Amino acid sequence: MLRFLIRRLLLSLPILVGITIITFGIIHLTPGGFTSVHMDMNPNVSPDSVARLQALYGLDQPVPIQYAKWFGRLLRLDFGRSFLDQRPVMEKITERLPATLLLSGLSLLLIFGLAIPLGVYAAMHHNQRADRLITVATFVGYSLPTFWLALLCMLLFGVVLGWLPVSGIRSVNHDLLTPWGKFADYAAHLILPVFISAFGGLASISRYTRANMLEVIRQDYIRTARAKGLPRTRVYYLHALRNALLPVITIIGLALPGLIGGSFIFETIFSWPGMGRLAYESAMNFDYPTIMGVAVIGAGLTLLGNILADVLYAAADPRIRV
Amino acid sequence: MKRSFWGRFLRKRLAVVGAVLVMALILLSLAAPWLSPYDPQIQDLNMKLQPPSASHWLGTDEYGRDVLSRMLHGGRISLSVGLVAVGIALVIGVCVGAVAGYFGGWVDQVIMRLVDIVLCIPTLFLILMLIVFLGPNLVNIMVIIGLTGWTELSRLVRAEFLTLRHRDYVAAATALGASHRRIIFLHILPNALAPVFVSATFGIAGAILLESGLSFLGLGVQPPVPSWGNILTSGKDYITQAWWLTLVPGLAIFLTVLGYNLLGDGLRDLLDPRLSEGEPHA
Repeated sequence: MLRFLIRRLLLSLPILVGITIITFGIIHLTPGGFTSVHMDMNPNVSPDSVARLQALYGLDQPVPIQYAKWFGRLLRLDFGRSFLDQRPVMEKITERLPATLLLSGLSLLLIFGLAIPLGVYAAMHHNQRADRLITVATFVGYSLPTFWLALLCMLLFGVVLGWLPVSGIRSVNHDLLTPWGKFADYAAHLILPVFISAFGGLASISRYTRANMLEVIRQDYIRTARAKGLPRTRVYYLHALRNALLPVITIIGLALPGLIGGSFIFETIFSWPGMGRLAYESAMNFDYPTIMGVAVIGAGLTLLGNILADVLYAAADPRIRV
Repeated sequence: MKRSFWGRFLRKRLAVVGAVLVMALILLSLAAPWLSPYDPQIQDLNMKLQPPSASHWLGTDEYGRDVLSRMLHGGRISLSVGLVAVGIALVIGVCVGAVAGYFGGWVDQVIMRLVDIVLCIPTLFLILMLIVFLGPNLVNIMVIIGLTGWTELSRLVRAEFLTLRHRDYVAAATALGASHRRIIFLHILPNALAPVFVSATFGIAGAILLESGLSFLGLGVQPPVPSWGNILTSGKDYITQAWWLTLVPGLAIFLTVLGYNLLGDGLRDLLDPRLSEGEPHA
C-alpha cells in the first residue's frame, strides 16, 4: 500500500508539470495581455511606460525564460503576487478555497444521500411507474440551465417571499451576530446554492446506481440470497448495493476537478466567494500569477483526490490489490 | 423473437419524447427564416416590452424586437454550437482513442498519460481562459467547447478498441494485408460506434447548456446575433416587468437539453448489450 502511494505520487508530478506548461502556454501565446487590457484604451500612456511596466513584471522576456523563473519560484512554494492588488496569490487562494469546498462538499453529500436510494428504488421497480418518475425527475434536474433555475429561485425565495438571502456567503451584519446567529447566517446563505447544484447532479449518480444495480441483481449470489428466504429490501440494500456502488467511486474521481475548481458560472450568479469566482476575476483581468496559482492548486488537489479514489476503490473491493 | 431496433425504441416512451423534442427543434431551426413573422434584428421602440399578444406571440424585448423571431433564429445558433462543438470533439476523441486502443503498448501509455493531464485541468477553467484570451465569438466558442470536450470520448473509444482488436475479423483483415488505417476506420470503428453515438447525444446537450451559461456571463455568442443564452441574459434585467423575456428562452434551453438527454439515455439502454430486455430475477 505504501509503495503504491509513493509510486502514484511520483507519477503525479510530471502530470502536474504538464498542466502548468499547458496553462502557461495558453496565457502567453494568445493575443492580448495584462498591459493591453489596462492601457490600450488610455491615450495618456506612452509606449515607453508600457515597455517599462512590462519589464517590471518580467513580461518582456522570452516565454520559456518566464516559465523557468516562475517554476523556480514554485519549487520554493512561492506563487508570486497578484498583478491586480499585489497581494500574495497563496493568500488569495486560501481565503477562497474553503467557500468552494464547503459548497461542493455539502452538495455532494446531498447528492449521495438522495441519488443512491433513488437509484436503488428505481432498479427495484425496473420499468414500472416509480422508475419512470425518478428518471424524469432526475433528468429534469440535469437538463435545467442552473443559472436559470437559480434566477427563478432567487426571485421566488429571495425577492417575492423574502425567506432567504440571494447572494454571498454571509450577511452585512455577520460580525455582530452571536455564534449561533453566525451559524444560522451561513446556513441560510448555503440553502439555495447547495440545493440547486445538488438537483443538477442527481441524475448521473442515480442513473449509474440504477444501471449497476440492474446488472448486479442478475448475479447468482443475489438469487441465492433470495432463495434462502432473505427479504427483498435486505438483499438489495445489503448484498447488491455494496457491489453496485464500486463504479460510482470512479465517477467521484472524475467529478473532482469541477468540485475543487468550482463553477465560475454558478459562483458568479450567487456572488459566492470561491475558487471559480477567483478564476473568473483573474482571467478577466489577465492576472497571470493568480491564474497559474489557481491552476496549480486545483490540479494538485485533483490528483491527490484521484489517488484517494483509487485507495477507496481497493478498500471497497477486496479483489483489487494495490 | 427479438424485436427490431425501431420496435424496441418505440416502446421506450421517454426516448420517443426526447426524439420528438429534438426533431421539433431541428425542424423549427431549419425553417426559421420562413416561420419568423418579423426580422429578428428590426427594432421598434414604440413596441418595446410588449407582453405576448396576437401580433407578437411571445411578446417583444427591450428594443421592440419580436421575441418569437429571435427565438427561432437563436435556435439555429444554439443548435449549431452543439453540433459543431460535438463534431470537433468526436473527430479528436475517436482518432486519439482509436490509435491508443489499437496499437496498445507504449503508444497507449504515452497517449493516455497525456489525456490524464488534460483531464486534470478543470474543463470550465480551461474554457474560461481560452474564451477570455481569444475573444468570445461564435466560431471561437464552438471550437473551444469542442477542443475541451474530447477526453471522455477518447477513453470510451480506446476501451472499445482494446477489446475489439483481438477479434478474429481483425486478424483476418491483417492477414489479408490491410493497412492499419483501413483496419481502424473500416473494420473496427463501425463496431465501436454505439457508445460513441450515445456519448455524442449527451455531448450536444452539454454544449448547448454550456453556451447558454457562458452567454449568461457575457462570454457567449455576442449580441445582436440572437442566441438563447444572450436573449435570456438581456431579458433578466427586465424580469419583474417582462417575465416572458426570462421564461421563454429558459424553457427553450431546458426542453432542448432534456430532449437530447432523454434520447441519449434511451439509446444507451438499447445499445448497451449488458442491459438486455427482460425483468431482473430478484
